Amino acid sequence: MLKLRLRFGILVMVVALIAAACGGDDPLAEDGGDEEPQGSGEIDVAAIWTGPEQANFEAVLDAFTDATGVETNYVSTGDDVGAYLGTQIEGGNPPDVALLPQPGLLRDLAGNGSLTAANDDVAGALEENFAPIWTELGSHESTLYGVYFKVANKSTWWYNTAVLDSAGVEPPATWDEMLETAGTVNSSGVPWVSMGGADGWTLTDWFENIYIQTAGVEGYDQLTTHEIPWTDESVITALETFGQLVSDEANLAGGVKGALQTDFVTSVTKVFSDSPEAATVYEGDFVGGVISAETGATLGEDADVFNFPQINDAPPSIIGGGDVAVALSDDESAQQLLEFLASPEAAEVWASAGGFTSANQNLDTSVYPDDITARSAEAVASAEVFRFDLSDLQPAAFGGTVGKGLFLRFQDFLKNPGDPEAIAEALEKDAAKAFN
Amino acid sequence: MAQTAADVSSRAPRKGKIEVDRPPGGARRGMALAFMAPALLLLGAFVIYPSIDTLFQSVQESDGTYIWERSFAGFDNYAAMTDNREIRTAIKNNAIWVATAPAIITGLGLIFAILTERVRYSTAIKIIVFMPMAISFLATGVIWRVMYDPDPKLGFLNGAIKSVVDVASPPGSIPEAVPPPNTNLSKTKGGSVISSDEYQPGDTALLGLTAIAEGSVPEDAIQAAEPDVPGDAVGAVVWRDFKPGGGEAGVVEEGELGLPGIEVQLLGPDGSIVGTAITEPDGSLMFADVGEGPFNAQVSSSNFEKGFTGISWFKESLVTPAIIGAFCWMWAGFAVVVIGAGLAALPRDVLEAARVDGATEWQTFRHVTLPLLAPVLGVVFVTMVINVLKIFDIVLITAPGSVQDDANVIALEMYRTAFTSRLYGLGSAIAVLLFILVIPIMFLNIRRFRRTS
Repeated sequence: MLKLRLRFGILVMVVALIAAACGGDDPLAEDGGDEEPQGSGEIDVAAIWTGPEQANFEAVLDAFTDATGVETNYVSTGDDVGAYLGTQIEGGNPPDVALLPQPGLLRDLAGNGSLTAANDDVAGALEENFAPIWTELGSHESTLYGVYFKVANKSTWWYNTAVLDSAGVEPPATWDEMLETAGTVNSSGVPWVSMGGADGWTLTDWFENIYIQTAGVEGYDQLTTHEIPWTDESVITALETFGQLVSDEANLAGGVKGALQTDFVTSVTKVFSDSPEAATVYEGDFVGGVISAETGATLGEDADVFNFPQINDAPPSIIGGGDVAVALSDDESAQQLLEFLASPEAAEVWASAGGFTSANQNLDTSVYPDDITARSAEAVASAEVFRFDLSDLQPAAFGGTVGKGLFLRFQDFLKNPGDPEAIAEALEKDAAKAFN
Repeated sequence: MAQTAADVSSRAPRKGKIEVDRPPGGARRGMALAFMAPALLLLGAFVIYPSIDTLFQSVQESDGTYIWERSFAGFDNYAAMTDNREIRTAIKNNAIWVATAPAIITGLGLIFAILTERVRYSTAIKIIVFMPMAISFLATGVIWRVMYDPDPKLGFLNGAIKSVVDVASPPGSIPEAVPPPNTNLSKTKGGSVISSDEYQPGDTALLGLTAIAEGSVPEDAIQAAEPDVPGDAVGAVVWRDFKPGGGEAGVVEEGELGLPGIEVQLLGPDGSIVGTAITEPDGSLMFADVGEGPFNAQVSSSNFEKGFTGISWFKESLVTPAIIGAFCWMWAGFAVVVIGAGLAALPRDVLEAARVDGATEWQTFRHVTLPLLAPVLGVVFVTMVINVLKIFDIVLITAPGSVQDDANVIALEMYRTAFTSRLYGLGSAIAVLLFILVIPIMFLNIRRFRRTS
């Protein structure tokens, strides 16, 4: 009797298991449908955003639906956009539009034919609203594919206004001025800069802002594609310039040890806490978000921004990032979305909510919630020179992995800024392996 | 009678089991297979197929954005592994883990189990020691990242050590202060700040210091001022030599605060200390009736004592031991509970016999308890070795980015290579390497299971 009941129980469990496995949601397959015919009136849009960013982007999509009547269905891709899209494309079911957070992905996807070229309406909208460089950046081999909807300015240097005031100094405009200002602020009892060196990517951003000014745009582009090696003179010069700041431990909060063991978020909170451990921190405009979320400082009052100092009379250069909208299907409605995203109306929806910058020149910067974001956005929109984060454009093994390649070597440089040649050689070895 | 008995005995139920009508042999096996089928299916889909696929992946080119872009590359990936500095570090670290962690955990478990065996609240103690096992490796990693923080204000360990050490050697009041650049002041090897000038009776030594935060200046400080020095005395003033914009170094200016409570030493012509004094709220002091010069003055080193600044738990040489410590904290409870159960199951009569025979506690332990516990200790040890070979998330979370390279372990390296660097071929080769390393232990384990069953 007992055994019978046991057998029956097991049978029920097995049936339930099979039912659960067969039915139910498979999250990977959730892409809302099969291939749609032309101008279908309903499209799937995939992007990396979740939480409040997703809410803001969905508001933009709602505005699009209001303007054109095309329905949209938002899907979040998770951190690895490349892997997600790859699976979808292999399965024959890609989303109609995707927002790519790395320019390298645009290159890869366009290269293997997964993208649909943008139509003339989109090209026209770009020409009307953006500086010519954005058409260039959204293209691959002279064919336009994407619209840069959201951009990030990574040449913003943030400072604690109270500390600079009590030290009696103004934000510096050039690199040499910056070194002098640093000395004065150190003497006032607060180290000049806080570095999040535990997160190697912050150090790559430092290097890029210095390199684009010391080597110029041509040199920057050549290094990005590894046309010139990392042992090139220009790299040594940039490292030496960086060394001018970091070899004096008094400039760094916690000295070199502190710089190497502090992660990015802590490096920001160190500057804007009640008893600041440093006067400034350099990173992109997303620092503003960290300040608002993690500290009690008010943007524009306690915290302010100056542009990355000019080195050797270089032209105003911005290093940045961006999310580019591309079409992965033939759907005419997808092109309509791209055209909408190039318009100032689309940008305004998210810009007014905060945490967003657009390079759209026809966007009225007064819609930004604070003066700092407005100034940062203006800098990007009017930039003469704009280049993407070099480390984002490298093969992941060299430019994007913790403890390897760029991340590791710049940390090594912090430990020993007196030997840039050794670091350059190590960098070249890692790069050669990655570019093979 | 005998015939019926024989008939019956061939179908007789076995002693103690409830009889149910069983179908004949072949159908029974078919039914067993049918019930096992779902489990076998899952095993095949999620264990067997990926394992074989990984083997195939490991002989493919590492290139490409997507994992299914394959092109045969022979044993290139395996060759690349031997040359790879990161993998060598990872293997070395795993060896350290295997050599230390299981032994420590088993040892700790044994000690705790013995100590709490006959104590009254042994269950309560075991629960407390076991609690860390209730959380994930990730949570443990986060907790210990904070515990090991090098800043004594943030890290628990360093804070605790600091509060003890500070009692013995308290820090000075201005540890971060330095003499301003381009003045006659410099810091000596002994830690004091001394002037290169000489002073005669009637002079005042100007000992201005910078790099002092406004908030660090004591509450009772007032505007710095030089003292009124009579002809037979030497004066000194120690102040915060900074005003907005920097000001002029070495000159007492309006807006610059004196530093009270600072110890200054007067050095005689032969360099020996002839007087000590403490500064007033305006930073000034005076050495009266000093006699013949020339003199020198120094701000004594005790003011600059940094005190305990925190052990850097995350430096290269300490990071792996630190993470092993966190791991042991988490798993010691497991060992305590299992060994405790083993202890409780020991036959009491053997121990009694040993004691009656005149053996001391230690001898009983060494010659009776330990050998009887050996199987249990073996279970714990082998389980820990297997756990430690595939250690991953605790290293990923606890070690900060700048030392991940030094704390690297094989599973972490595989994750980085395959999923962050997108080198799927090489990552699969590392996975195969890990598999090969685990095989001997699994073999041992299976043999042990066979023997005990």
